[in-house]
This record gives sequence, structure tokens and C-alpha cells, in this order.
Amino acid sequence: MASSIRVKVKLSGDVAEVKSLMKHEMETGTRKDSKTGETVPAHYIKEVKAELNGAPVMTANWGPAVSKNPYFAFSVRGAKAGDTLKISWVDNKGETASEETTIS
Amino acid sequence: MKRAVTFVLGATLVAGLAWATPEEDRQAFTEYFLKRFPDVAVEDYVNGVYAIDKPAYEQWQQIEEFPPYELALAEGKDLFETPFANGKTYADCFPNGGIGVRQNYPYFDTETGQVKTLEQEINECREKNGEQPLGYKKGAIASISAYMAYTSRGNKFNVEIPNEQALAAYESGKEFYYSKRGQLNFSCADCHVGNSGMMIRADKLSPALGHPTHFPVYRSKWNDMGTLHRRFDGCNKQVRATPLAAQGEEYRNLEYFLTYMSNGMEVNGPGARK
Repeated sequence: MASSIRVKVKLSGDVAEVKSLMKHEMETGTRKDSKTGETVPAHYIKEVKAELNGAPVMTANWGPAVSKNPYFAFSVRGAKAGDTLKISWVDNKGETASEETTIS
Repeated sequence: MKRAVTFVLGATLVAGLAWATPEEDRQAFTEYFLKRFPDVAVEDYVNGVYAIDKPAYEQWQQIEEFPPYELALAEGKDLFETPFANGKTYADCFPNGGIGVRQNYPYFDTETGQVKTLEQEINECREKNGEQPLGYKKGAIASISAYMAYTSRGNKFNVEIPNEQALAAYESGKEFYYSKRGQLNFSCADCHVGNSGMMIRADKLSPALGHPTHFPVYRSKWNDMGTLHRRFDGCNKQVRATPLAAQGEEYRNLEYFLTYMSNGMEVNGPGARK
């Protein structure tokens, strides 16, 4: 299976428009299993980071209110073709995922 | 002499009242929408409600730049290509290895005398190879079906009615489509033919022409993928009728009729809808 993050970058001038889709359950911790009645444990992304050529350009603190399989878009100024953009996340269980892409 | 005249008159009447052929139905169906929405080209109906709603169309275009069904598509491709425990794959069960075949479904199987759908054959393939069947409305089956539809994009729907038995299945699907049901006493056609383009609370009712082309679909409302029969289920609930079984005979016949109405239109599944 490919990485759980998908990234698309569109460069216009020196601004890179980054669009990403992350595969994640994003359990709030308040939902109950309809069959067993047990509370489904919280499992959500806590922090998303974006790095341009290794230098951090954005950090987002997330919580359980973000939807399942989140779609996340932002712009980065000062990007040029050939730069590498890395997006990574850490969730509340300490699991991580990252994806690198070269801006073209 | 008088009797002969009566006979001739009677015969003319019967001929005049004979049921329209499916092809005549389809033409009348298409013409109805072309007249109702004169600005919409016939090939644009595959875009569903976005064909008749410009602001929503623009939003949808942006969504399509990074479609929410991409994750399911990747999962579907994976599942499709992963061999079963016995080493066979889905490709062994379908004509042309399952690639680019979506437009031929549903079809009438003359051997079993039933309408067969793609999702049904996916499960039959699993059972034939000793695997458990999947649930019909969402999850893995929607992903696999999405991948198979994706490989068929641009192909034109070609649903055939080979014999009288098939015609009966088509007619029963048509009857379902135009029959009132539920506490609200709505038929499918009440909303999607007669009131298409009108508002239902905050949403526009989509025209029925081109309805089945983009399934399975990612619906923002579901936050998830679903099959056509999941949508039928939802539609029936919305008119406060008890939904019927997914892949049961009624829904399969309905799919047969509905897809026949969109014959000649392009496969554009999987789609993204509100």
C-alpha cells in the first residue's frame, strides 16, 4: 500500500499551493460501538508538519474535531521548482506517517 | 359487416396501446430532460446535479482536482490485484480481466433468468474462490467496484435486453421507478423526473438521466464511498419507506431499467457528490 498521505502541489509564481489527503480514522473517543456499547478509544492526528527542503514552514495542532480522512490545503511562499516538500503527522497514539514530494 | 368494423377498430386500439419498447422509453426519457433543461447538452447529464447547478458545478470542479475517492481507488486497485487464498484473482472471473467492462453492467443473464450487477459478480467471484462475500453497500466492495469503473471511464453504457424475460425484468424495474412508496408517497420519478431541478430544502434535485453513470460514489454526506444500492436504500428511507435488500431482485431490476435509460452515456465513476 502506498503512503497514507497523498500530496499534490501546484506552483504559481513563488507560491506553492499544497493539497493533501490523509488516511486516518480520526476517532473522537466519544463514539460508542453500536454493537457492544463500548466506547471507541480516541485515535486522532495531533500534529501536522510541513517542511520545505527540510526547513519547517507550517505546524498545525489538530484535535478530535477534524474529520475522518482529512483533506488539508495550504500555500507556501518562496517555493520553486525542484524543492522538496514533506508532510508528516503524529497522532495521539504516537503513530506517524510522512510523504515527500518534489515540486515541479 | 358491423362486426368486422368493430374488429378492425379493436385491433387498431390494441396496437395503439401496446407498450412502448425500451428504446422508445429511453428516447422519450432523454427528450423530456432536453426539453426541461434546454441549456444542458445531453452528454453533460453524467455530471448529475452539477449539470444544472452552476455554482455547485464550480465547487465540484475544485473537489475533482483532488477527488475524495482517491484513497478508495488505491485500496480498490490493491484489493483487485491481490490474489485469493487459492492464487486466483478477480481478473479470472471477468471478461477482459475485469478491466474496462463497467459499461456492460448490469446485464441480463439468460441462463439464470436474472439481472446481474457488477457488485453481485464481485461477490460471486469471491465465493467461487472460497472467500467470504462482502457487504453490498459500502467498504471493500465499493472500492473494488470504484477501481473497475475507473478503468472503464469514457466507455459508453451498453445495456442490452436480449429476450422477453429480460424485458419483463426491465418492465418491473420501470414499474418500481414510477410507483409511489413510503409514508411520503413519492416515486423515484416524482423527485428526479417531475421535480428535477427544483429545490428540496437546500438542495437541488438531480435529473434522472445519467444517474447511474458515476457509481460507486463518494458522498460528502456519508464521508465515505457507497454503491448504487446504498443510494437506493437512502432514497427509499427519505420517502419513509422500508428499504429493500441491496442486490435483491427489486433493486437489481431497478438498476437495469435506470441504467438502460442512460445507455450511450459515458462511464464516469467513481464520482464525488454532496
